[in-house]
Amino acid sequence: MISSLPKSYRTEADPLPTPAPDRTTAPTAELPIKAQLRSVGFYYEKFQALKNINLALHDRRVTAFIGPSGCGKSTLLRVLNRIYQLYPGQHATGEVLVDGENILAAGIDLNRLRARIGMVFQKPTPFPMSIYDNIAFGIRLYERLPKSELADRVESALQRAALWTEVKDKLKQSGLSLSGGQQQRLCIARAIAVQPEILLLDEPASALDPISTQRIEELIAELKGDYCIAIVTHNMQQAARSSDYTAFMYLGELVEFDETERIFTHPKERRTEDYITGRFG
Amino acid sequence: MIALSIPARRQLNSMLWTGASAFCAIGVAVVLLLIMGYVVREGLSALSLSFLTQLPRPVGVPGGGVANGIVGTLIVVGIAALMAFPVGIFVGIYLAVYSHRRMAKCLSYLADVLAGVPSIAIGIFAYTLLVAPFRHFSALSASFAFAVLMVPLVIRTTEGAVALVPRELREAATALGAMEYRVTGKVLLVAARPGIVTGLLLALARVTGETAPLLFTAFGSQFWELDPSKPMAELSLQIFTYAISPYRDWHEQAWGGALILIIAVFVLSVLARLSFLWRGGTGISGGTD
Repeated sequence: MISSLPKSYRTEADPLPTPAPDRTTAPTAELPIKAQLRSVGFYYEKFQALKNINLALHDRRVTAFIGPSGCGKSTLLRVLNRIYQLYPGQHATGEVLVDGENILAAGIDLNRLRARIGMVFQKPTPFPMSIYDNIAFGIRLYERLPKSELADRVESALQRAALWTEVKDKLKQSGLSLSGGQQQRLCIARAIAVQPEILLLDEPASALDPISTQRIEELIAELKGDYCIAIVTHNMQQAARSSDYTAFMYLGELVEFDETERIFTHPKERRTEDYITGRFG
Repeated sequence: MIALSIPARRQLNSMLWTGASAFCAIGVAVVLLLIMGYVVREGLSALSLSFLTQLPRPVGVPGGGVANGIVGTLIVVGIAALMAFPVGIFVGIYLAVYSHRRMAKCLSYLADVLAGVPSIAIGIFAYTLLVAPFRHFSALSASFAFAVLMVPLVIRTTEGAVALVPRELREAATALGAMEYRVTGKVLLVAARPGIVTGLLLALARVTGETAPLLFTAFGSQFWELDPSKPMAELSLQIFTYAISPYRDWHEQAWGGALILIIAVFVLSVLARLSFLWRGGTGISGGTD
């Protein structure tokens, strides 16, 4: 079930990750679609937060979701790993096909689903345990690895998250002892350690200072060659820089969805243009 | 009424309220200090090594102590803790995690009601259940009564501590694919641990020194007793017996016993405070990158 990813984990101990080979030249038609959303709707009790969303997430590409506050971007992300299922009164309608399988159907093993679709939240959430255990937590859930292999996986996840050199001497220390930016990179390392197929990032840098934000963005650029990434962001420049596709949402509706370059240079919809040029939002 | 300008009136208002609060705070502190001071003054003379290590002696015979009472209290409270802590913690976690369910709301309400039941009523309940059918008093029945007293407290503090854990933490663990029990055990509980420990210590402090339920459960004893199925000496019971007796040396011993109890509760409360300050819990970052 978990697809095999290129094993480019062993990089040199380098504070800045080397960027992945540029694959952005592949024509759109050739890219496989990882997740297809069909007529997706979402309700918080009686309130409809998402209306008839239809779009596709391409594998090994970054799709950014932009829009003013309350437009439903985070809600949409949370539909993809069904994390809303924790709260009664919230439910989704429509279909989300991941590799052809509708993950909104009844009878789907939610835990296995979430192991395939990872999520990083806005607020860094290190678990109250050592840095090593934080990363190993997800791995231990579904894999029985010998100690050495587990250590390798932890190290490679931390390396890919550009955190290894900073924490390699203090793996036993609590995850809470790290700074905000480091904690967020820890959460990213934790999410990629389980080798997910899709990575959902909900405003991963908005709670961080500018320097940490920059590092996170570089990280996303590095990761994008290996995962299908969906990122919600308030920062339009960030969306323009790091994504391949952009979806502009407004009041629960998908207003426009296109390749990033086209959206930011020749948006088709008036509302998109207004938002991008800063007339509202 | 003197015509005051608005700023002046606000100043006066502010001073009155601050003054009233300060007065009440000082009043409470004074009352507390008076009680403690009085007990210390009366009880200090009775405290001695023999007081802490000897069995009670018959009236008229000098000396003697409350050693069996101290041991008895430790045993009864200890067994009560073993009974109450797991139950209270589990229910508390349930109430925090499933707070939306009707069952949880009912349970929460029942726990609050139970917290308000007079301890003597709980004592009679324990008597009916564990003493009368067996036709003898026992420390176990006292532990049961104490456990019933402790459970609502533990439930409430555990529920509070777990509910305070930010929901993002729970979501983050769930988003990795962890099953419910893993999320609760490895993440929620660990994050809520300081609050839970504080609650446990407070429950202990509450119950140490409760006397009414003991009257018909542990019953008291003059001798060493370590078997919980037998009646057992209890410090608060001994204080009660000595205090209402007509003998002066027994009165002194009552004061000594009271002093020991107050010290025990004081230490527990301080520990509870300190344990809360030890924040092993949720995310606190140590600076910027």
